Amino acid sequence: MVLTYGLSLLFLCMLGYFVWFMVTQSGEIINNPYNKRQDVLAKKVRRGEIRSAGGEVLARTETDENGNDTREYPYDKVFCHVVGRITNSMTGIEGDQCYPLLTSHINPLEQLINTFRGEKNPGDNIVTTLDAGLQTAAYEALGDHRGAVVVIEPSTGKILAMVSKPAYDPNTVEEDWDSLVEDSGEESMLLNRATQGLYPPGSTFKLLTGMEYMIEHPKKYQNFQYQCKGSDSFSGNVINCYDREVHGTLDLESALAKSCNGAFAKIGTTLDIAAFRKLTERFLFNKPLPVSFEYNKSRFSLDEDSDMGELTQTVMGQGKTMITPLENAMIVAAIANSGEMMVPYVIDHIENAAGQTVTAYSPRSKGRIVKKWVAEGMGEMMEAVVKSGTGSSLQALPYPVAGKTGSAEFDSEGTSHAWFVGFAPAENPKIAVSVVVEGAGTGSQYAVPVAQQVFGQYWE
Amino acid sequence: MDKIEAANKLIAFFGDSAGVRIIHSILVESSKYIIIILFAIYTWRCFSMFVGKDQEKKDKIYRRQNQIMYLIHFICALVLFLNSLDIKIILLYLAQAVFLVFVNKAYLYVYQNASKMVLGNMLMLLMIGFVMIGRLDFSYALRQLVFAAAICTAGLFIPFLIEKFAYFDRFGKAYAVLGLIFLALVFVIGTSKHGAKNWIVIGAFALQPSEFVKIIYVFFIAAFLARSAEWKDVVKAAAVAGLHVLILVAERDLGAALIYYITFLAVVYVASQRLSFLVLGLGALSAASVIAWKLFPHVQNRVIAWSNPWGENITGPGYQIAQSLFAIGTGSWFGMGLGEGLPERIPIAESDFIFSAISEELGAFFAICLILVEISCFVMFVNIALKMTKRFYKLTALGLAVEYIFQVFLTIGGVTKFIPSTGVTLPLVSYGGSSVISTITLFCIIQGMYVLNDQEEEDGETTKKQGNRERANRQGSGKKAAGRAAAGRKAYPKTEPARK
Repeated sequence: MVLTYGLSLLFLCMLGYFVWFMVTQSGEIINNPYNKRQDVLAKKVRRGEIRSAGGEVLARTETDENGNDTREYPYDKVFCHVVGRITNSMTGIEGDQCYPLLTSHINPLEQLINTFRGEKNPGDNIVTTLDAGLQTAAYEALGDHRGAVVVIEPSTGKILAMVSKPAYDPNTVEEDWDSLVEDSGEESMLLNRATQGLYPPGSTFKLLTGMEYMIEHPKKYQNFQYQCKGSDSFSGNVINCYDREVHGTLDLESALAKSCNGAFAKIGTTLDIAAFRKLTERFLFNKPLPVSFEYNKSRFSLDEDSDMGELTQTVMGQGKTMITPLENAMIVAAIANSGEMMVPYVIDHIENAAGQTVTAYSPRSKGRIVKKWVAEGMGEMMEAVVKSGTGSSLQALPYPVAGKTGSAEFDSEGTSHAWFVGFAPAENPKIAVSVVVEGAGTGSQYAVPVAQQVFGQYWE
Repeated sequence: MDKIEAANKLIAFFGDSAGVRIIHSILVESSKYIIIILFAIYTWRCFSMFVGKDQEKKDKIYRRQNQIMYLIHFICALVLFLNSLDIKIILLYLAQAVFLVFVNKAYLYVYQNASKMVLGNMLMLLMIGFVMIGRLDFSYALRQLVFAAAICTAGLFIPFLIEKFAYFDRFGKAYAVLGLIFLALVFVIGTSKHGAKNWIVIGAFALQPSEFVKIIYVFFIAAFLARSAEWKDVVKAAAVAGLHVLILVAERDLGAALIYYITFLAVVYVASQRLSFLVLGLGALSAASVIAWKLFPHVQNRVIAWSNPWGENITGPGYQIAQSLFAIGTGSWFGMGLGEGLPERIPIAESDFIFSAISEELGAFFAICLILVEISCFVMFVNIALKMTKRFYKLTALGLAVEYIFQVFLTIGGVTKFIPSTGVTLPLVSYGGSSVISTITLFCIIQGMYVLNDQEEEDGETTKKQGNRERANRQGSGKKAAGRAAAGRKAYPKTEPARK
């Protein structure tokens, strides 16, 4: 009878859907900040550990003799933003892996025995992609400066280090909370500058301007020539080089190496702005990032209607463009990876308390953003930055580095954020680095030494 | 008070620490597995009994099913008590247990020869509701028990009523007028609740007319179509049924409107045996849904909440459904344990969203069994309907069965995000006076008609006036009639036996 069959079919579909939901969807769905069941689960499961790629414990739960749990962070401030905290709102990995940490995948029989004994089951452990040595080196290299460092493995998108300063101590966040919140004006210790801090990119943006020029002149970009007199004027908009230094006759490579503002402003006036905007959006400006952690979108606002003043400022990295250290790391990692952008990720795998893998994450590609020859051509020019340009102090390292410095002015007095983005070894890149030091001065003076220590640590 | 505090209190009372703690822990923790196993056995028997024919064996199964129900009820109450040490829970449990035993005995007496399995399922579903509502809110559980007791007592008279008013099928127009007036009453003295203006508040009681009209509505359709299911009669009935549905849509009671509509289609199809009506009706429904979606913001909201309750919608239209999915997902297959979840975070968890609360605390396995028990209820209803010889009874029973199961589908589908939520209760399980009263009435009517059908059949057998072959077969072997009744369905309009 059609009626009974029809209704039975409806119910079968619903049952099928329900089982499908339970098996494949529920894990991801319940891991949501609006699900307030973490305290309920925490009564049954002891929150798992968060570990570095090398197995160092970054966060663990200790239970005292009265059965009270406390969350401990052995590295104190070093990992505070990326690992996060569980009190006073959850952040970082603690926040976005809250439910996996509170889920136990040990043998069901063992779980049953534990519950019958009235003991908590051990939650799953999160093994991150973070390298404790690199993270510590980057943290120390920044010293007392405000700023951020992001280190990515270009071929996979693994985040090896992510530092933001000033940092707070997640062990005492409850006691310190009032001062942490009060002080948010200048220090903003709670902010993860690496993913949420928006800075003008300064001369690091010349990588994008340069690549757009290469794409528009695939055969002839090497013929580019510019005569630098330390200052130039474009329809009445004056562009000065840093310290009004006169760079003389330049081609594209030496213009990048010396970071000549006039040359790049000149290039900018020739560019197809719509195509340039598309290129920046392929690099995920104005776009949501495919990452699980909190971030701000980087902004690029140049379009066909922008005037010459804005155009010349934007192409050399000033103007209204804003970028996060993470985004800058992704750009330079894509260049290092022959133009293919890998989605950055910080969780390598989740394992149960017995060490068996529960969920493993593998690298995901965001696709080829620029052609191989563009990326490799740009990489070579970035090597020149280190060999003969603003990044020359990196020559002290035992392998060739490719990079770009930046000094991003952010107020009328000319104080600037120091930038460095780059990768090493230049021929076969293993790590890509993005460094910003707030309000410090030039990139070569303040950001390059930080990068140098990170690169140094990697090959130790 | 939570589990650990309760354990500490017990230890303080009994002295010896380790032993008491472990016994307490084992009792509480093992309960959820035991409940699931018991309920799974119950569910299995609900279906396996369709196969057998031996009445004695069925009686035996029924007794076992009853034992399982009492046992689950006891375990649930015990766990709730052990986790809170609240004496009120024991008192409520005793009152509920007395109610269950009383209804069981009284109905077996009054509804002789009725389907025991249907009675058993009715009590089982009520009991699950009692437990979950009691865990969520004590005062609601008390009210629910009072309503259930009142209507179950009244239900004892339904067979007499049906018998006395033997000409039930003569009042088609009266049912329609009465239903429409009652439905339209909310426009005059109605109040809004959860976004739908479908309540009438009288003192401390809130009534939902659509729940009550639901039953006479089926009477009306059955009365209209029992005589003839020709095109022009169907159109006439459709016009009146459409008026019901339109009023409900105007009240924004979309769930009830859908139930009414589908029920009408189902009865028309059974009465006419023409698939074209069904196809036409479903086509019209799809068109109407699209139009409603384009026109009404409250319909759009439901669709948004269904298609994407996440992101920014989670604080707006998606809030309820997201909380419901969190509950079901976090509860996982075995549940958090009774009293150990957070179902109170789901808005109206005790009513429309009780399925999520059950799934969270008693587990998805339990929830699946619950769905299966509801389906088995429907299958039993259809079996009963097929055994009916009188066309009016048959159509009424089928209409009520479809009303019941479609409501189950809407509520469970809605809270699991299978379909957009329409805000209807889970029959017998959800808290709500109107819902409990109308569903128990629905069960009683189907059972009552079944009893009456049996009696009329016996009368018919003694007078031996209807001499067609179908009847002759029946006399030979009454119990086998069910299957053959189904086979001989098409002959029915001409074989009305009762009076001609």
